[in-house]
Amino acid sequence: MNIESITNPKIIIKDLNFYYGNFRALKDINLSIAEKMVTAFIGPSGCGKSTLLRTFNRMYQLYPKQKATGEILLDGANILDSKQDLNMLRAKIGMVFQKPTPFPMSIYDNIAFGVKLYESLSKHDMEARVEWALRKAALWTEVKDKLKQSGTGLSGGQQQRLCIARAIAVKPQVLLLDEPTSALDPISTAHIEKLIDELKEDFTIVIVTHNMQQAARISDYTAYMYLGDLIELGETSSVFTNPKRKETEDYITGRFG
Amino acid sequence: MNTMLNLYTRRRIVNAVGLSVSVLAMLFGLFWLCWILLTLLDHGLPALTPVVFAQMTPPPGNSGGLLNAIAGSVMMTVVGTLIGTPIGILAGTYLAEFGQRGWMAPLTRFINDVLLSAPSIVIGLFVYEMYVVRVKHFSGWAGAFALSILVIPVVIRTTENMLRLVPSTLREAAAALGAPQWKVINFVTLRAARAGIITGVMLAVARISGETAPLLFTALNNQFWSSNMSQPMANLPVVIFQFAMSPYDDWQKLAWAGALLITLSVLTLNILARVLFRQSATTH
Repeated sequence: MNIESITNPKIIIKDLNFYYGNFRALKDINLSIAEKMVTAFIGPSGCGKSTLLRTFNRMYQLYPKQKATGEILLDGANILDSKQDLNMLRAKIGMVFQKPTPFPMSIYDNIAFGVKLYESLSKHDMEARVEWALRKAALWTEVKDKLKQSGTGLSGGQQQRLCIARAIAVKPQVLLLDEPTSALDPISTAHIEKLIDELKEDFTIVIVTHNMQQAARISDYTAYMYLGDLIELGETSSVFTNPKRKETEDYITGRFG
Repeated sequence: MNTMLNLYTRRRIVNAVGLSVSVLAMLFGLFWLCWILLTLLDHGLPALTPVVFAQMTPPPGNSGGLLNAIAGSVMMTVVGTLIGTPIGILAGTYLAEFGQRGWMAPLTRFINDVLLSAPSIVIGLFVYEMYVVRVKHFSGWAGAFALSILVIPVVIRTTENMLRLVPSTLREAAAALGAPQWKVINFVTLRAARAGIITGVMLAVARISGETAPLLFTALNNQFWSSNMSQPMANLPVVIFQFAMSPYDDWQKLAWAGALLITLSVLTLNILARVLFRQSATTH
């Protein structure tokens, strides 16, 4: 896992350790995330892949007993630094969760909510932004006539695309996807995978997935994790066809996990 | 094979016994409830004439209505709810959203539980000592304060429970957009729990609308029409208490009418609360 092989890193992680109370969930992680590419984290349940993802926007800070040590450099600035403004960080790094999480408000307000935190747009500009985000998330044609209806009334797949639209409406640089399709049916999953492929034109994407085929289909780089260790990071094609480590091979061939 | 059969027979017997005992217990409870309701309807319905809503409580031996008592009950219940609800919602929000660390929240929760199960007569005596004794007369305000003290713990409890039902992923999703905590709470979690919290407030209103003990020491009663909350105030529970114990036939009839009125309004509130809660459960 040679970090140097990634020539255009957006995020560089150095000696990252993570603790849930006394339990060390991530062990000396060193890793780079390439700009405007898709990086997938794979590994069995409990290996720390979601934990790693949640350090990138310091989501863990909601919970008093969780802490991270080490460095995560976003464009060279350490985001784990206590001087880092949390809200500005989260404006740059958007996140989509495993279960769709539409807010209990209209489709329009779901998207406008995040935008209003950072920009005061005129009504006209806001409408344009909402449309832009919904088009980017491939949801516009399905909801354009019911923007005032509740976001909770959409189907699961639509809700998840609404969440993606909500995240990109803020115009972040990085998009974190935490198992975004594991609660969805195959058709909705295909929609979202196609979407991820288009979104990497504009955003750096990090995706956690349980589904190895999905990682193989959509990612440029794959990181295999096991019990809090980063076992292997490489170009997806080489990780899946020619893994360097025995553990990785065992996992992707199904002998394990 | 034989032991398996035995085991199976045993299970069926235990199941049959358990089921019959539960059904009997249910019937036992239902029996008294139906009896109470039927008696109430039997005596209350004939007494519930338009005059009840048009005239004041009469002197002994005369006919009259309950208008002043109904108005007083409504006023004190509304004021009590208006005072108790904001305090309850704010405290409940504190417990659910900020109460993960420190000793304040567990202590508050414990005191609230005590308050929730405190006999209402204690609340009445408390307001009597603290307020009525000092201003030297009974008043509608004192009644409303006593009722608000009964509202607070119910609203705190339901607000906290309803906010805890909001999935933490929803909070995370809002926080992940960079929303500060007060915005997350105001625009996302409180909104998601809205129907449940309104249900809680309605149940609190239902609870206080039948309370007698706290009003006996605070609002007392008033034979005449009064919308002045600084004066003693008529109210349904105390009127029922007084009239039902009297030897006068007219008064007893009015007491039945009042009892039926309270029961019907509590029933309506409970049904409304259920409908509201069910609607919110299906949309989430």
